[in-house]
Amino acid sequence: MENKKNNEKVREISIPGELIGSSKTFKTGYGTYIEGDKIFSKFVGVLQKSEEYVSVIPLSGVYVPQPNDKIIGVVEEAEKFGWILNINSAWQGFLSLSEGVDEYVDLKRINPTRYFDVGDIVYTEVKESRRGGDIQLTMKTPIARKLKGGVIIKITPSKVPRLIGKQGSMVNLIKEKTGTIIRVGQNGLVWVSGENVDKAIKAIKMIDEKSHIYGLTDEIAKLLS
Amino acid sequence: MMKTDEKMIVKGKRLDGRKPDDLRKIEMEVGVIPNADGSSKVSFGKTTAIVAVYGPRSLFPRHLQESESGIIQFKYDMATFSVDDRKRPGPSRRETEISKVARLAIEPVLFLKNYPKTTVDVFVEILQADGSTRVTAINAASLALADAGVPMRDLVVGLSGGKVDDTLILDLCGKEDNYSDADVPMAFLPNKNEITLLQMDGRLTPEETKQIIRNILHAGKEIYKKQVETLKRKYSE
Repeated sequence: MENKKNNEKVREISIPGELIGSSKTFKTGYGTYIEGDKIFSKFVGVLQKSEEYVSVIPLSGVYVPQPNDKIIGVVEEAEKFGWILNINSAWQGFLSLSEGVDEYVDLKRINPTRYFDVGDIVYTEVKESRRGGDIQLTMKTPIARKLKGGVIIKITPSKVPRLIGKQGSMVNLIKEKTGTIIRVGQNGLVWVSGENVDKAIKAIKMIDEKSHIYGLTDEIAKLLS
Repeated sequence: MMKTDEKMIVKGKRLDGRKPDDLRKIEMEVGVIPNADGSSKVSFGKTTAIVAVYGPRSLFPRHLQESESGIIQFKYDMATFSVDDRKRPGPSRRETEISKVARLAIEPVLFLKNYPKTTVDVFVEILQADGSTRVTAINAASLALADAGVPMRDLVVGLSGGKVDDTLILDLCGKEDNYSDADVPMAFLPNKNEITLLQMDGRLTPEETKQIIRNILHAGKEIYKKQVETLKRKYSE
């Protein structure tokens, strides 16, 4: 606290159960709930308030899959009809054979592990997330691919937008300064590969820890220069 | 109730020099166990509880899974060195009971509808026991759950009240707990004014009971302030 720099202004933090507005004047966003006509916070998180909209971005918590999320998964099991992936969530993701491979696969002759094997890192998309934790993944999007080599690190899923920055400004900064390739999954897994991996990881970890501070981009630029 | 000749209150002061309505020194900290999703350490005087929260995470065995919502599993355990005589390890009748009532005190504040087939695991370890351990455990669990980012309606505040030498007191220490005429552990939601745990051991008149509940609700605000301050402090350093 003592050696706090001037540019390190802390964003407003809300606490579960804290009254953050009235539903007569605000629309509610993520991380809030309504009781009567009052809006309360659900999380310990950064309070975001505009003129007619209020939401809370949690500072911790596990990943809950939503359709169209771009995530990183690690293949845990290769079945005959598809693959089971660890997607850093309470549930496992399932990538079916037809969603994973474009061509016709004759299972009598070809072993599905030739496409994805246990331990492979996959950049994929959530196709469907049904109630009951049934999560279907798909590779049939232009951005999906298998990631070769590199390392995976974990960050808090709710802080992913901060790591990416406005139109990718933050992650591009790290990529440029360290000469690495970075893929950020919305489930909080980040894949890093390239020259200066250690430095990039240090920067990513710092964003994870200090996401509630203003002027973070400058801090990161300073760290990397 | 055990009997003792020792006076619990002398000249308006209690054994440790507190006035009847005073609480012991409260210390709270979150993020003490980096491996866990959320953690906290809370002490009321000598009574110290450390809590780790994991989850929501997948739940096994499968027959425990709920298809419509997540569940909470709560384990209260006293360390062998937490009391004067070595406490035999393993769950006793008392610990099983406290695990259950503490779980019921915490359960109403959690939104687990979006987490089907999962569990939130809360592990409470009492490092040092000197009375009021169950409310200390509830305070610590509430902080750790908030730290873990589990969606919550409110925080939970726990505080014990009681009666010794015909005086109504708050936050009983170990000796007062043993020789009191009655003790009343209570947990409530400070922003909703809902009571989630209310137990009593001993004898009280209806008026005394009402008065103790009022005293606890009043003094609990101080604990709530401390909880809020602790959670915010983690992100202000």
